Amino acid sequence: MSVATETAAPAPAPTKKKRSRLEHRPGLNRWLPYALLAPAVLLELFIHIIPMLVGIWMSFVKLTKFFIANWSSAPGAGLGNYKVALDFNNAVGQGLLKSFGVTVVFSLVTVAFSWVLGMAAAVALQPEFRGRGIIRTLFLVPYALPAYAGILTWNFMLQRDTGAVNHVLNQLHLTDGKPFWLIGSNALISLITVAGWKLWTFAFLTLMAGMQSIPRDLYEAASVDGAGNIRQWRNITLPSLRPVNLVLVLVLFLWTFSDFNTPYVLFGTAQPPAGDLITFHIYNASFLTWNFGTGAAMSVLLLIFLMIVTGAYLLVTGRRSRRA
Amino acid sequence: MGISLAACGGGDKDDSSGGSTGDQTLTYWASNQGTSLDNDKEVLTPVLQKFTQETGIKVNLEVIGWNDLQTRIQTAITSGQAPDVVNIGNTWAASLQATDAFLPFDGDAMTAIGGKDKFVPTALATGGKEGTDPTSVPLYGLAYGLYYNKAMFAAAGLQPPKTWEDMVAAAKKLTNPAKNQWGMALAAGSYTENVHFAFINAAQNKADWFNSDGKPTFTGDGNVQGVLRYLDLMQKDKVANPSNAQYDNGTKSVNDFATKKVAMVINQNNADSSIVANGMKAGEYGVVPFPAPVGGEQVASHVAGINLSVFKNTKHKDAALKFVKYMTDANTQTTLGKPFSSLPVLKDAKPVFTTDAAEAATFQDVYNTKSKPLPLVPAEDQFESTVGKAMNAMFAKIATGGTVTAEDVKAALKTAEDQVAASS
Repeated sequence: MSVATETAAPAPAPTKKKRSRLEHRPGLNRWLPYALLAPAVLLELFIHIIPMLVGIWMSFVKLTKFFIANWSSAPGAGLGNYKVALDFNNAVGQGLLKSFGVTVVFSLVTVAFSWVLGMAAAVALQPEFRGRGIIRTLFLVPYALPAYAGILTWNFMLQRDTGAVNHVLNQLHLTDGKPFWLIGSNALISLITVAGWKLWTFAFLTLMAGMQSIPRDLYEAASVDGAGNIRQWRNITLPSLRPVNLVLVLVLFLWTFSDFNTPYVLFGTAQPPAGDLITFHIYNASFLTWNFGTGAAMSVLLLIFLMIVTGAYLLVTGRRSRRA
Repeated sequence: MGISLAACGGGDKDDSSGGSTGDQTLTYWASNQGTSLDNDKEVLTPVLQKFTQETGIKVNLEVIGWNDLQTRIQTAITSGQAPDVVNIGNTWAASLQATDAFLPFDGDAMTAIGGKDKFVPTALATGGKEGTDPTSVPLYGLAYGLYYNKAMFAAAGLQPPKTWEDMVAAAKKLTNPAKNQWGMALAAGSYTENVHFAFINAAQNKADWFNSDGKPTFTGDGNVQGVLRYLDLMQKDKVANPSNAQYDNGTKSVNDFATKKVAMVINQNNADSSIVANGMKAGEYGVVPFPAPVGGEQVASHVAGINLSVFKNTKHKDAALKFVKYMTDANTQTTLGKPFSSLPVLKDAKPVFTTDAAEAATFQDVYNTKSKPLPLVPAEDQFESTVGKAMNAMFAKIATGGTVTAEDVKAALKTAEDQVAASS
């Protein structure tokens, strides 16, 4: 693209000529932007919109193993799939509700954990010092590492008998006996740790980028006025980062809430109830029991929930920034 | 990018329809039977080459791991982009039959593969729902057996157990947690293994998991007590390491046995290759049928194994049937029996997976006379996942210090039953 502008710049005359030729063909002129947009629109249609519509359609039919070979013949289920998913007196609905609860806790804690860690690291690396570049690079490793490899390593480390985590804890005399990390109630702690480990670097990266745009004079002026580090962070860094934080927290929340890779790779087929995140729950509900209709209904419910949360979040934060 | 994507999609379609003209190439999805996917390929390639020489039909082989196989088959059914022939876990047979995506072996098709009389009847019974034309035929037979370490038993003055009570007593005697020595290893974190033991233990109590209408009956007394008896190996009898609750596949418990950390393990006969690969010699272990409690039904295994299915939409039906015939004939069965440690599915064949005659006789006896097929109902897959996962969770509770009572088992099985009922 840069090549095109360079060649166009030194020769203004032909450009003029071209423009006049284009004026003779207003049709092309009008359609060119759409033509340029078309590939993106088509891709969006095929990759996002159509699969989403198919998913919504699936949630209204009885798509079980009896019909997947010829799924156009699957009978309609009306709201049946939704009734099953939302009937909390029933095993399926109860399972979904529990999984939803686990996911809410998981998301809130993971987002808080990642944000605090990312913020701490970004603040620590704000002043220039020797080796800053190396530390920054090191901090980016969890983000650069393929998710599968990283989580699988955690799986090894969290094994009860042979894992590094229990070994270290025993050496430090922090635990008596050998706790399980991948089954039972500790599974949620492990899940949060691993997801947070993967995610905090993104928070760090975003916040660090945001901090680059805060004028240094502000800090200098504040120091002259006698403001300490904490005061500076609270009154300069935090307000300046507000727009960044708004987006960051939302993105982190959406990512963690619909996290699939972490539980899938960390627990494999032996996922414990304490680590039963909702996307994984839906996957099991669809693929293990071959009931794609109910699975799709659960997915649509998840979509609606996330849309409501996002909408409410944007509404509230938008209103507040207008007032401010 | 849009163009290249479209081109890709088009290419795939051309591939699948292109085969119909003259050139006979079958696509075959094999399951993982050997020590690794590569090992499977090595073993199968010469066998498939021989088939090509004999018939002129080429076979395109893909070996698929167990973790992916079911999803791959589901995707193939849904999209219609399927292989011609596929290996399935025989317990899936009735569920897959219900999808109507597989070719029924009716009279003609059955004749084309050599007739139904060549198969062991219990093995062929796993091919589909009772009273229908099966949509799969047995390929490799497997059965559970109780492996025991001969030296450990001799040192403790023990005889190989004949009843459940003997087994528990021997296991207690051979357990010493202080030395990290345990009587048994259980794949207690594997829902597929767990559900097999739920089934076998309930069968020993004469309990069934589905009634004649195909409705789940998970909460019967025999079912609850059977499940609890198995859980109690870790809970009450304390003969298994609580760490076993994390063993999410059978290989891990077999490795504990092969490295002599435990005295006994209950596994299917394909454990042999792993045991030997981990350093135990053939004469160092013995095998007896997995015992029932005194007064119980003598069920020692489900009819385990691998079946072979043909996709209905294949464009090479005759070639596919020829291939099924070839894979299930006596010669091929003998060739593959040893590397895959499988029992023959043919009536008159002798097991070749081990040189230990007593072991071979035990497994063949279990397979032919002491095995019961898993429920042959469309909801079988849901039975596996719901009951198996409930057992995972109960083992996890026991391992982390909790207690599981008969009431708890009943409640867990009730939840599983509701899940199955809700989706059928």
